[in-house]
Amino acid sequence: MKKSALPDPFEEARLQAGLGHINDQDDPVLMVLRHKDVRKCAHQWQRFQSGAEPGRIVVPSEVNIRKTRQIPFELDPPQHGQYRAVVEQWFKRPLEPAYRAALKVQIDDLIDEVLGKEKVEVVSEFSLPLQSRALTLLLNIPYEEAETWISWGTHVFRSEGEALDGDKAAILYDYIDEQIDQAIDNPGEDLYSVLLRAEVEGKKLTREEVKGVMILTFAGGRDTVINAVTNSIAYFADHPESLVRLREEPEIMGKAVEELIRYFAPLTHMGRVATEDTEVCEHAVQADSRISLCWASANRDASVFEKPNEVVLDRKLNPHLSFGFGHHKCLGATHTRQIMKILLHSLTEKVKSIQIEDRSENIEEWGQFNRKVGYHSIHVSFNSNS
Amino acid sequence: MAKITFITSDGETTTLEATSGSVMELAVQNTIQGIDGDCGGVCSCATCHVHVEPPFVERTGEASEIEKDMLELDDNVNEFSRLSCQLAITEELDGLILRVAK
Ligand code: HEM
Ligand code: FES
Repeated sequence: MKKSALPDPFEEARLQAGLGHINDQDDPVLMVLRHKDVRKCAHQWQRFQSGAEPGRIVVPSEVNIRKTRQIPFELDPPQHGQYRAVVEQWFKRPLEPAYRAALKVQIDDLIDEVLGKEKVEVVSEFSLPLQSRALTLLLNIPYEEAETWISWGTHVFRSEGEALDGDKAAILYDYIDEQIDQAIDNPGEDLYSVLLRAEVEGKKLTREEVKGVMILTFAGGRDTVINAVTNSIAYFADHPESLVRLREEPEIMGKAVEELIRYFAPLTHMGRVATEDTEVCEHAVQADSRISLCWASANRDASVFEKPNEVVLDRKLNPHLSFGFGHHKCLGATHTRQIMKILLHSLTEKVKSIQIEDRSENIEEWGQFNRKVGYHSIHVSFNSNS
Repeated sequence: MAKITFITSDGETTTLEATSGSVMELAVQNTIQGIDGDCGGVCSCATCHVHVEPPFVERTGEASEIEKDMLELDDNVNEFSRLSCQLAITEELDGLILRVAK
């Protein structure tokens, strides 16, 4: 198997029961594995809610380290829609030419930088800076702020060996509190200020609500983007022919981005809480128990995707669930798609080949499943086109 | 050459001409309100949902299984629903009238 491959650990269980089981802090999770079931459960928000106790729909559960409700993520309709509407347009700014141009400069500079080095640790020296700098564009704040976030390291919530780390989470929460204070004193055109000015049903967002949006924006867009970028570098290292193909057929760039995101599924799954006694896939689900929607498994469902375990760069029909499904679908998807498109473009322009030197894989453990989602670290060398 | 008319949910009517590409691409290039085409046309976002005016249904043909499954769970779905990224522009579609679902 190629070094960059992300095997599908769910296949057998998906075909047989369609379900998996995780015990997480005495609050078990029933994982839903089939494409059709995942979409159906995501659609049925009345039966499987997001607006449970804050932190509970995340696996591993964050109820013990977080009290702030993440918005709009931990809300259900109709409230969800009202809050989502506040930020929906803002999260489409990545489509503006000036935003894309700025992102292109950031990514080109970073690639030039790593081309000048002999050996690069991709997660900390490439993906983390890329993700952090790009986020300054999404928040519309000065580029220099990225240095602070880079200094936090890759895991704001997680530390090696421990699933949850309250101290690390506190760094982010305290930081966001400070930033909100600054935006109150000096309102500007940044996301904090926009949220502080925003209203839902004629009422200003509370400080706690502003904080809930910002925590989500930081947390939701960090490991996911880092995994997507790191896996892309590993993929092109193993598949130089794909880099050549994208150079010769730039028109397939959009499809290639969707396909890589399908294959990587940077966020493995997300939970919901049952509001009533019900069933999934002929399995009883008790009221107030948890299920999870396994995007990563759904993306390899052979009843939907031909050759599910292969990267088919120009896959034409690709109803992947990497960005979720239904009304909670990822707000950061527009930003992420632009990052990925520009990254692929710049790689084809500047990079001839990439060699993987050594790597330490990041394998998540979910009950009976071990899923490789990316790398703790991966050293490569980049070779220039010119 | 095909002339295609879009009617948005607030009633605005726009007629556009094209010879190739998909109906979604044509709509996005001309910023037709309610058609975003987020996934670029690979059937994964449903932000290109339209209702085909009944007289044209035969010409647009039938949706694939994957497209139907996507539409089934989308808002405002009806028997005339299509994902416009799956409609390739050909002479055959000349005169087509579509209502934007969102
Ligand atoms: C490869 C990158 C990313 C992946 C794979 C990803 C994945 C997801 C998924 C699966 C959901 C749905 C969760 C659910 O249904 O409960 C989601 C929601 C969300 N994501 Fe992302 N995400 C990515 C990047 C980002 C970025 C960069 C941001 C912002 C900086 C972001 C912000 C959000 C927000 C705000 C929501 C909640 C939307 C709602 O509840 O209405 N994501 N994301
Ligand atoms: S553009 Fe995404 S489904 Fe048509």
